[in-house]
Amino acid sequence: MIGVISYLVFFSTVAAILAIAVLGLNLQWGNTGLFNGGVVAFFGAGAYATLIFGGTPQEGQLGGFALPYPLALLGGMFVAGVMAWIVGILTLRLRHDYLAIATFGVAVAFENLMRNAEALAGGAQGLRGFERPLFDALGGGLAYNSLFLICVLVLLLAVYVFLERLIRSPFGRLLRAIREDETAARSLGKNPARIRLTSFITGSVIMGMSGGLYGTFYAFISPQDVLPILTFQIWAMLIVGGAGNNRGAVAGAFLIWGAWTASGWALSRFAPQEVQLYTGSVQFILIGFVIVGMLLWRPQGLFEEKLVVSQQGRTATKELQGDRR
Amino acid sequence: MDDTILSLRGITRDFGPFRAVDDVSLDIERGSITGLIGPNGAGKTTLFNVLTGALEPTAGSVMLNGRDVTGLAPDHLFSAGLGRTFQIPRPFARMSVLENVMLAPGGQVGERLHGPFLQSASMHRQETTIRDRAIEVLDFVTLLPLADQAAGQISGGQMKLLELARVLMGDPQVILLDEPAAGVNPTLTKLLISKIEELNRQGRTFVIIEHDMDFVMQHCTPVIALAEGRVVFRGTPEEAQKDPLLLEAYLGAVAVD
Repeated sequence: MIGVISYLVFFSTVAAILAIAVLGLNLQWGNTGLFNGGVVAFFGAGAYATLIFGGTPQEGQLGGFALPYPLALLGGMFVAGVMAWIVGILTLRLRHDYLAIATFGVAVAFENLMRNAEALAGGAQGLRGFERPLFDALGGGLAYNSLFLICVLVLLLAVYVFLERLIRSPFGRLLRAIREDETAARSLGKNPARIRLTSFITGSVIMGMSGGLYGTFYAFISPQDVLPILTFQIWAMLIVGGAGNNRGAVAGAFLIWGAWTASGWALSRFAPQEVQLYTGSVQFILIGFVIVGMLLWRPQGLFEEKLVVSQQGRTATKELQGDRR
Repeated sequence: MDDTILSLRGITRDFGPFRAVDDVSLDIERGSITGLIGPNGAGKTTLFNVLTGALEPTAGSVMLNGRDVTGLAPDHLFSAGLGRTFQIPRPFARMSVLENVMLAPGGQVGERLHGPFLQSASMHRQETTIRDRAIEVLDFVTLLPLADQAAGQISGGQMKLLELARVLMGDPQVILLDEPAAGVNPTLTKLLISKIEELNRQGRTFVIIEHDMDFVMQHCTPVIALAEGRVVFRGTPEEAQKDPLLLEAYLGAVAVD
C-alpha cells in the first residue's frame, strides 16, 4: 500500500512539474501562436542554472554557489528568460514552421553544449551535488517527496492563476489577436513584435521554472534529460489537453505522462523479449501516433479553448465550436 | 488651397522592373468620400498599401493632416488617425465579435504584462469604458446581437461591418475601405453605405476602392481613376460617366478621337 502511495506521489510530482512546462507552452502556442520547437532548451536552461546556483561546489566545475532554494530557482528562471530573450530577438522575424525549426535547432545545440561543456555543466556525466533542503530533516523518502509534491502543486496553481488572469486581460486579447491575424492587429495600431517577444520570454521563464523543479527533484540533471523527446512529450500534452485552454494543458500533462509510464510498464511486462529491447523506440512511435491522431480527429484537444465573451461588465465563457484553421 | 487632409506627392512604387504606381499626386479633401476606381492591375491596392504603411513607396511622400507620414508602419499610421479595412476581411476568427472590437483602442494599460497585476484598478476602469464604447459601436453597425459569436462564424458582409467597427474604435479621421461591397449581399451593402454616409456627416473622410460602379457613382465624390499606375481622371461622378479617357481606361476600349 505504502508502495502505491509512494509511487503516486512520485508520479504526480513529475506530472505536475511537466504540467508547468505545458502551461508555459500554452502561453506561447495556445495563446500567441508561437511554434516553439525547442521547449527542452528553456526547460534545460532552468534545470542546469538552478543546480548551478543552488548546488554545492564540485571539483572542476562552474557553480556550487549553494544559494537558498527559492533564489536558485528564480536564478534558473532568469537564465531561461535571458536565453529566450536572445533566441526571441534573433528569431523575431520567423513564423510558424520556420520558428519551429530554428527553436528546435537551439534545443539540439543546447543539448550538445551541455554534453560537451564539462566545466560548465558536467558534460555527459551531468550535474550533481544538489543538497535537497529539508531532505535529511524529514528523513528523506515519502515525507520529503510529499512535501516536494505540495510545493510543486502550489507553484503549479500559482502559474495557472497567473496565466488565467493574464489571458483574460487586454494582454491576452492582444496575444490572441496576434495569433489570429498579425496583419490585422498591426492595422489596428498594435506592435506584434514586442508582444510576441514578451509572450515568448514569459512562457520560457515558466518552462525554466519547470526545469528547475525537475532538476532539484532528482538533484541531478544530465544531457539525457534534455533530449528532443521531452519537447515532443510536452507538445503531445498540450495538443491532447487542448491548446488555448490552461485546464486542458494541465490535464494533458497528467494524461500523457500517465500513458507514457503505463506504456513503458506494459511493454516491459507483456511485450515479447525482442520488442522489450526497443521499449523506448516503441514509446516514441506511440507518442507520435497520439499527436497525429489527435490532430486528425480532435484538433481542438480534450478541453476546447473557451471564447472570452463579456457583456455589460460580466465575463462569462462559452464553447468555441469548430472552425479551426 | 481647399482643406486637404491626406496629400500624396509623386508616389511611385516599383516591384522589380515593374512600376505598379507611377508618380501619383493626389489631395484628399477633408470630409469627402473619395472613390478610387480603375481596372484590375491599375495599382489601386498598391497605392492603398503604400498609404496604410504596408508597403514603402519607392519615391514620393504622404502627408496626413500636414504631418509627413511617409513610410510609417501600419500600427503607427493607425495611431496617427488613419484606419483601414481589407479587401478580404481579416477578422480575429477565434475571438468573440466584442473582443475583436475591444482590441482596437490604443494606450490600454492592461496590454502590458504587468498591467493586469500592478495596475488592475485602472485596467478595470479602462475596460469598462472600452466595453461601453465597443457596445455602442457594435450597436451602430448593427452587430450587437452577434457580440458573443466567434468572429470567424459570422457572414462575409458582417465581417466587413466588424472591420468598420474595429476601425471606428480608434476614432480615425480618415478611413480607407478596400472594396467594401465585394461579396456582400445587397441588403448589407445598403446598410454599409448608410453607415458610411452617417459617419461622413459626422466629419470623417473616406477613401474607397470599389469595382461596383453603381456604388461609386452614387456615393463617391470625387471619383479618381487609376490606370497603369497613373491618375487618369479626377472629377465628379457625372463627369466620370462622360469622360472618354476614363471609359477607355476602365473598359479597355479603343480610344475614339
